[in-house]
Amino acid sequence: MTGIPDTELPSDRPDVLPPSRLRRAWDSDFAFKFRRSPVAVVSAAVVAFLVLAALFAPLIAPYDPFNPASLNLMNGFTAPMEPNAFTGDVFWMGTDDQGRDVFSTILYGMRISLFVGFAAVMLAMLIGVTVGLLAGYVGGWTETLIMRVADVQLTFPAILVAMLIFGVAKGFTPVEYRDQMAIWVLILAIGLSDWVQFARVVRGATLVEKNKEYVQAARLIGRKGPAIMLRHILPNVLSPVLVIATISLALAIIAEATLSFLGVGAPPTQPSLGTLIRIGQGFLFSGEWWILLFPAATLLALALSVNLLGDWLRDALNPRLK
Amino acid sequence: MLAYVIRRVFQSLIVLLVVGLVAFSMFRFVGDPVDNMLGQERTQADIERLRTQLGLDQPFPVQYWKFLMNAAQGNFGVSYRQGRPVSDIIAERAPATLELAAVSGLFAIGLGIALGIFTAIRRRGIAANLIMTLSLIGVSLPTFLIGILLIYVFSVELDLLPSFGRGDTVDLGWWTTGFLTQSGLVALILPSITLGLYQMTLIMRLVRSEMLEVLRQDYIRFARARGLKERAVNFRHALKNTLVPVITVTGLQLGSIIAFAIITETVFQWPGVGLLFINAIQFVDIPVMAAYLMLISVMFVAINLIVDLLYFAIDPRLRIDGRHA
Repeated sequence: MTGIPDTELPSDRPDVLPPSRLRRAWDSDFAFKFRRSPVAVVSAAVVAFLVLAALFAPLIAPYDPFNPASLNLMNGFTAPMEPNAFTGDVFWMGTDDQGRDVFSTILYGMRISLFVGFAAVMLAMLIGVTVGLLAGYVGGWTETLIMRVADVQLTFPAILVAMLIFGVAKGFTPVEYRDQMAIWVLILAIGLSDWVQFARVVRGATLVEKNKEYVQAARLIGRKGPAIMLRHILPNVLSPVLVIATISLALAIIAEATLSFLGVGAPPTQPSLGTLIRIGQGFLFSGEWWILLFPAATLLALALSVNLLGDWLRDALNPRLK
Repeated sequence: MLAYVIRRVFQSLIVLLVVGLVAFSMFRFVGDPVDNMLGQERTQADIERLRTQLGLDQPFPVQYWKFLMNAAQGNFGVSYRQGRPVSDIIAERAPATLELAAVSGLFAIGLGIALGIFTAIRRRGIAANLIMTLSLIGVSLPTFLIGILLIYVFSVELDLLPSFGRGDTVDLGWWTTGFLTQSGLVALILPSITLGLYQMTLIMRLVRSEMLEVLRQDYIRFARARGLKERAVNFRHALKNTLVPVITVTGLQLGSIIAFAIITETVFQWPGVGLLFINAIQFVDIPVMAAYLMLISVMFVAINLIVDLLYFAIDPRLRIDGRHA
């Protein structure tokens, strides 16, 4: 509870409505801690701003970078905020070699980066939580097998695992579908490389929860194993999962950018922030700094703010630090 | 002790067998090797003959066994893209990666330990706080952005250091080295910093926290009470006891350096094994991918095994419980 406790409960007075759901959320411990932390507020604002910008990219972007009809090659290499020498068009963040507006490509690129990041974390969470619950609740050789696989995977850096999965999956895809499938292969690769953290934490929490009385009570009234796992244990192990998901999102965004930068991720037809940085690096020596700088700064802002939010969430949800 | 070692070695072998199976299935199921090798004008008889010749008509376990035997002898087949034996290509590229990894490892360990000690001793100083803040930023920057930033500052703006390649190399039989020419040494600077920076901050933070832990202990206070010089206390008494965890973490990071070399080599167009692997993924050059997969797994499994056994040798407490169930 925060603030000064009321002397009388609102429900005792018929003329005062009970506090709304929104009001209760605003007054909760969690929201209070959030308001008190400048780092959390700022990074949440940056994340929200970037996510909204990516969501509404088609509405915000002044140009459609994927529509060849809207491109004018004469606009190529226009510096930011300077009118183009031939056409007189002005671009906030300049244009690349093909006359694409850098600001618009960043908005669309962020969409791909965020989509791949979110989807990969969802996949990792789905796998990790499922096998973690199974390992913790069922035990026996299921647990041994799952945890042994997790141990082995953990000895390899995640980015290397993602690269290998990407390579293998690309090999299995027919040549004509490779560019279309690249985004999905990327999600699969990053998701599969990242489930271990979820599985370990969920297993640990499940081991603690399954000996508590409410689980024994559920078992006593004859609920089946899957129902107990999903309806009883899962809601009680979710808060560490949320923390890991946030930190994993930052890692997934960086992993996606790294793979795309290396040329083994998002294809040039669907550029993510990493692909844009890869393109921009080619112009580093010829002086067109804006093609590289703006995508790189966006990636940094995105990864850093998600990371800081995750760190704050970990401290805020940790009962030992209360 | 012996039972533990045997169990660990056995586990490592199983891991390698599974990785081998993945590598082998890539060969088996990605494309048809017969299709790849025969041209357009082929008869059914040609196909049958080549299948028998390559042993593709034999049962799966037999083929797998042969593949493992070949791999163990360093025979990984012929690169689809370059048309040369994969083992030759890798042998040619390995010195570049190993030299880069060695220099960045030395950079990470040397500077990491030095800065770790410094920030622990001058805990409240401005310089120490500045270093700690900078290290936080360094950890959250992706490796490839660090590389690009260094290229921008030192190659584009200051024009001091080369931004790509190994410089001039000297042939020493089967090993080519960049250590013996000036341009080779200069070319090593930026890539090594890029590759070693993350490990450096990691080691620095670890040494710092271990030092702070140790400096609080009674025997340090006693050493001070005996009137020993500050230097002797810090280096002879404190540092020695911080090194056990540092050695194990450094050991495990060795593998990461080789893996992250892929990124650094791409940024700096360093002609090493990592760049080879990335190109192999781009062009789906299966034999090269499979060989790299096998090599890196052997390396990781070996490093982990050695570090685990080292733990056991260094810390007597572990011998009683026997770690892992």
